[in-house]
Amino acid sequence: MADRRIRVLVAKPGLDGHDRGARVIARALRDAGMEVIYTGLHQTPEQVVEAAIQEDVDVIGLSVLSGAHMTIFPRIFQLLQENKADDIMLIGGGTMPADDVKALKEGGWVKELFTPGTPLDDISGWIQANVKLD
Amino acid sequence: MCMDDFTELKKGREKWQEKKSKMKDRDFQFMTVSSLPVNEIYTPEDTAGFNHTRDLGFPGEYPYTRGVQPNMYRGRLWTMRQFAGFATAKESNQRYKFLLGKGQTGLSVAFDMPTIMGFDSDHPRALGEVGRVGVAIDSLADMETLFDGIPLDKVSTSMTINAPAAIIWAMYIATGEKQGVPSEKLTGTIQNDILKEYIAQKSWIFPPLPSLRLITDIFAHAARHVPKWNTVSISGYHIREAGSTAVQELAFTLADGFAYVEAAMAAGLNVDDFAPRLSFFFNSHIDFFEEIAKYRAARRIWARRMKEKYGARDQRSWLLRFHTQTAGCSLTAQQPENNIVRTAFEALAAVLGGTQSLHTNSMDEVLALPSEKSVQIALRTQQVIAFETGAANVIDPLAGSYFVEALTNKMEEEAEKVFAEIDRRGGVLAAIDQNYFQQEIADAAYIYQRAIDKKDRIQVGVNEFVDPDEQLDIEILKIEPQIELEQAARVRKLRETRDNIKVNECFDSLRNAARGTENLLPYILDAVRVYATEGEIVQVLREVFGEYKEKPTF
Repeated sequence: MADRRIRVLVAKPGLDGHDRGARVIARALRDAGMEVIYTGLHQTPEQVVEAAIQEDVDVIGLSVLSGAHMTIFPRIFQLLQENKADDIMLIGGGTMPADDVKALKEGGWVKELFTPGTPLDDISGWIQANVKLD
Repeated sequence: MCMDDFTELKKGREKWQEKKSKMKDRDFQFMTVSSLPVNEIYTPEDTAGFNHTRDLGFPGEYPYTRGVQPNMYRGRLWTMRQFAGFATAKESNQRYKFLLGKGQTGLSVAFDMPTIMGFDSDHPRALGEVGRVGVAIDSLADMETLFDGIPLDKVSTSMTINAPAAIIWAMYIATGEKQGVPSEKLTGTIQNDILKEYIAQKSWIFPPLPSLRLITDIFAHAARHVPKWNTVSISGYHIREAGSTAVQELAFTLADGFAYVEAAMAAGLNVDDFAPRLSFFFNSHIDFFEEIAKYRAARRIWARRMKEKYGARDQRSWLLRFHTQTAGCSLTAQQPENNIVRTAFEALAAVLGGTQSLHTNSMDEVLALPSEKSVQIALRTQQVIAFETGAANVIDPLAGSYFVEALTNKMEEEAEKVFAEIDRRGGVLAAIDQNYFQQEIADAAYIYQRAIDKKDRIQVGVNEFVDPDEQLDIEILKIEPQIELEQAARVRKLRETRDNIKVNECFDSLRNAARGTENLLPYILDAVRVYATEGEIVQVLREVFGEYKEKPTF
């Protein structure tokens, strides 16, 4: 089983339509050899978690540009716990002030956050280094 | 030029090329930001066949390559219109008064995501998003507050609203009524461009056909009752921000424009009754000459099609009038002060390209909503261009540049290829359904990002000239969570205190009209006048029209 591919759900919560980042990342992860499922836009936290469980993914990558990151990451983290799915790693990216990034990581709500300017290969490399397949 | 001149020119060029071939160019990919390769030099050979009268004409004359007014900025400068709005109507009202006090000449309203998507502030889907990226407007009461003390016959107002544009516009008209300003005197713009929502911006509610009906209803209502209003702002801005090239922005936007013209003509409207009120909205990205060529080509293509293909006779129908915003996607979170410089170049390109109005981005918009100080610098940037640089003295000053004319021609040729591809696919709606635009944009965005990662393209402060010890020293405007609770409470209270019998009667009439073919604007106006909320009106229409569902691809 160890040679199976990493499965990633790229999800776009919130009401905004800024899907450029999500789609670019989804393609980069696929090009890096991962299996990628993209949810499409306007997903509620419940829909994201349900899709992650159904698709049996290793990682959820949330793209948040609406300013609602302080609400959305904790909410999804909480839903993963409630559904006993907290073995799924939660990471994310988007436009977020540095203080918020720090608070989300230190609070344990999210494993890693990638802000604008991060090279695509750094993101796929980080996932490959940090996701352990059993 | 005569043939002898060209022979001379060719000889000269070959001599120069030979000399040049012994020299080494920098190791750099010489292309535009859209990956369009450019030559090292342009000569009359690149504009062979150029005809001044046919290709340029004079400003204010067909085909309008040089600008839409005969005197352009010598008559009136472009409108300096900064997009603003946040939190509640009361806070935004104060920001508008601040901007008007600083010499801004028009208003531009940014709405929050729940308003853009047709949800009231107390709806579960609005949670965490009220007042964040714009102002929350739930009902006429909020709109009255938003323009309190701002006479609507004295300012022109642009509103960035699309799927629910008919409702928000009705609220604006009703606010005018409350101020004693008849709708005939209102001036401004609603974005109202649903096609680019499916293509790029992705803030849709209803499926394409009922959405197009709402748009043509607005065209017809404006022609009779709000004749000075720009009923649509056909937008390339978001297409570019989503990652398209300059040619794609140009071609997709004009194709959307043609689709609206065709939809309105199919609905029985006379082209000259609505076409003069169509307006456009373009991006100004960082590649200076490519952008200027884009604007010039846009005017020429539009004029030719409107006259020759759609048979418009009124010259105002031939004019492509446009608003420009500098490119948010060109700004960097790293060393944000550099964004002031980027924005200044982009703004200058828009001015040299003949824009009618302009928004300059604030340096901190890549991080958060802009602070007052950065908004002021952005506005001052326009004022420096207008009053200090001399750029507004001469009309279309780059005309005749071999490079700019060749690039303008190239833009037009490439756009024509895209129009042919859209036709082959069965038109804009069919191409949306086939994910054509969405996929083209995603491809371009991916190529761009990869080029940055590989340093084929340099972004100062991001992949070169990086400051590893950078400490961000920018004041960030934060929206207090309290605002959401207050706004939600306000709309709940409104629903308890208004005349709900009248409101429900309005909903019944609107529902019936939506099932038929009548113009919906009078029904929507009746509903907003009795304080029906935006979310409620959208819900009535959603039950009749259904909802759009995307096919997610990447």
